[in-house]
Amino acid sequence: MLQDTSSPAVSSAAISVEKLNVYYGSNLAVRDVYLDIPRNQIAAFIGPSGCGKSTVLRCFNRMNDLIASARVEGTIRFEGMDIYPTGEAAKNFDPVELRRRIGMVFQKPNPFPKSIYENIAWGARINGYRGDMDELVERSLRGAAIWDEVKDKLKESGLALSGGQQQRLCIARAIAIEPEVILMDEPCAALDPISTLKIEELMAQLKEKFTIVIVTHNMQQASRVSDRTAFYNAEATDAGGKVGYLVEYDDTEVIFGNPKEEYTRDYVSGRFG
Amino acid sequence: MTFESITDAQAESNLVAAEAKFQPNLAGRYRLDAIFKAATIAATTIAIAVLAWLMFDVLISGVGSLDRSFLTSFPSRRPEQAGILSALAGTGWVMFLVAVFSFPIGVGSGLFLEEFSGDNWFARFIEINISNLAGVPSIIYGLLGLTAFVIILGDWTGGRSILTGALTLTLLILPIIIVATREALRAVPDSIRQAGYALGANSWQVIWSHTLPTAFPGILTGVILALSRAIGETAPLITIGALTFIPFLPEGPLDPFTVLPIQIYNWVSRPQKDFHDLAASGIIVLLVVLLVMNSFAIFLRSRFQKAR
Repeated sequence: MLQDTSSPAVSSAAISVEKLNVYYGSNLAVRDVYLDIPRNQIAAFIGPSGCGKSTVLRCFNRMNDLIASARVEGTIRFEGMDIYPTGEAAKNFDPVELRRRIGMVFQKPNPFPKSIYENIAWGARINGYRGDMDELVERSLRGAAIWDEVKDKLKESGLALSGGQQQRLCIARAIAIEPEVILMDEPCAALDPISTLKIEELMAQLKEKFTIVIVTHNMQQASRVSDRTAFYNAEATDAGGKVGYLVEYDDTEVIFGNPKEEYTRDYVSGRFG
Repeated sequence: MTFESITDAQAESNLVAAEAKFQPNLAGRYRLDAIFKAATIAATTIAIAVLAWLMFDVLISGVGSLDRSFLTSFPSRRPEQAGILSALAGTGWVMFLVAVFSFPIGVGSGLFLEEFSGDNWFARFIEINISNLAGVPSIIYGLLGLTAFVIILGDWTGGRSILTGALTLTLLILPIIIVATREALRAVPDSIRQAGYALGANSWQVIWSHTLPTAFPGILTGVILALSRAIGETAPLITIGALTFIPFLPEGPLDPFTVLPIQIYNWVSRPQKDFHDLAASGIIVLLVVLLVMNSFAIFLRSRFQKAR
């Protein structure tokens, strides 16, 4: 089976994954993932539920650390740095610093129950931002295409905004700490089509500055926004569980136009999943 | 009834077989609805009525002797001269110290158990024990306080002092505060924590900026419930030897003291009816103190919710 059908130039990869296995307790959740996320591009992860695409995404900023039973094997390099070091290096590695450089946007908009201003400023403050905070807040909100809608109510609660606005606020919050990569875990799953369109347009702008990895259930969305697409699938194990694996990873046109694997062809044409 | 007509219309348009499969029996279901509602109303009425009767009874017998001199006099053998000043001052001192001790310790323990300890056998062991402690009769805490604070640590606590009473009541209500804190923290959506961690925050920053403020109204409610329990406790304070006859005002935490419920208990147990009326007046004072405390907490809580 083909694990990675591209021939990546290592130097252009922001994140590269080698032989990644993720376990929850003793259950293998995802196996044998190899892929490279190219810098300043959008990579989409698609596949049926339970195929492990979110799990892989959450390895990139070590959010799986928050789940006590999660265990990761293999190598993930971020800009050449091993983010799952072993032995002596593991003690010196700090996921907190990694998470400043790899931001995340979640499936359900989750602004802090604080003012719009504080939502943006908090992340910068805890990371020791020394510049002009007002300027940073405005720049971040402009960057997330929400400034015009909120500039007169920065003191109001972030929870008072609509779902789509909340999600753009969360994107503004993520870009305020100037990460290099933004991970998006089904960012439009809870939004209506108009809000979704706004986020998609925003992503096209954001990729000039950031590398973006997006998990989505919406295949049209993957084909619209992404440069590269990874298709994951799940297969039954002997023990009766399910294990996810990477079926095919290639340029988005290839995945949707002329995929090499039959599974991929069936999935993107809507024949299963 | 409109519901029935809709059901009838659907049934007519469907096959006869389908009609036999579903028997909506709306009349029966609404009757059950009404019975259940009536039962809950009856339950509420019983609870409120008993409380109202109690209050009425206390007010009738207590209002007569409740005047300025009652509040400013010390206890006395002559009912017309007896007052509640020293008990009121004692309750004020004890409750202040209990709040100072129990809030940081209780909330801190709750935070550790919920946010830091993880899910291991040790945390579960502690959790079970704390839940058990919350149900231990208060007189047992009195015996513990007698042994620990009066006999063993008596040199530091001043023996049967305000400090001893406050420490004993703190032990009594700590489990309640810890359990309430954990419940409030558990109600904070995980998505807020994740948002914090994803921005490169460490545990302390997430807890201090997001988890604790979000949970704070719930924690405050728990603390106030616990303090309300402490203010009415009599048995453990009698066990540690709090005195009833205190014809002076305590000047520091190491002084002997009495509290409102002990004073009330003392008056109730005397044979003269005049003292029973004094007890009723004392109960009114105790209830007013309790109400003031609760409204202060509600005020704090609403301030806190508005600030967010």
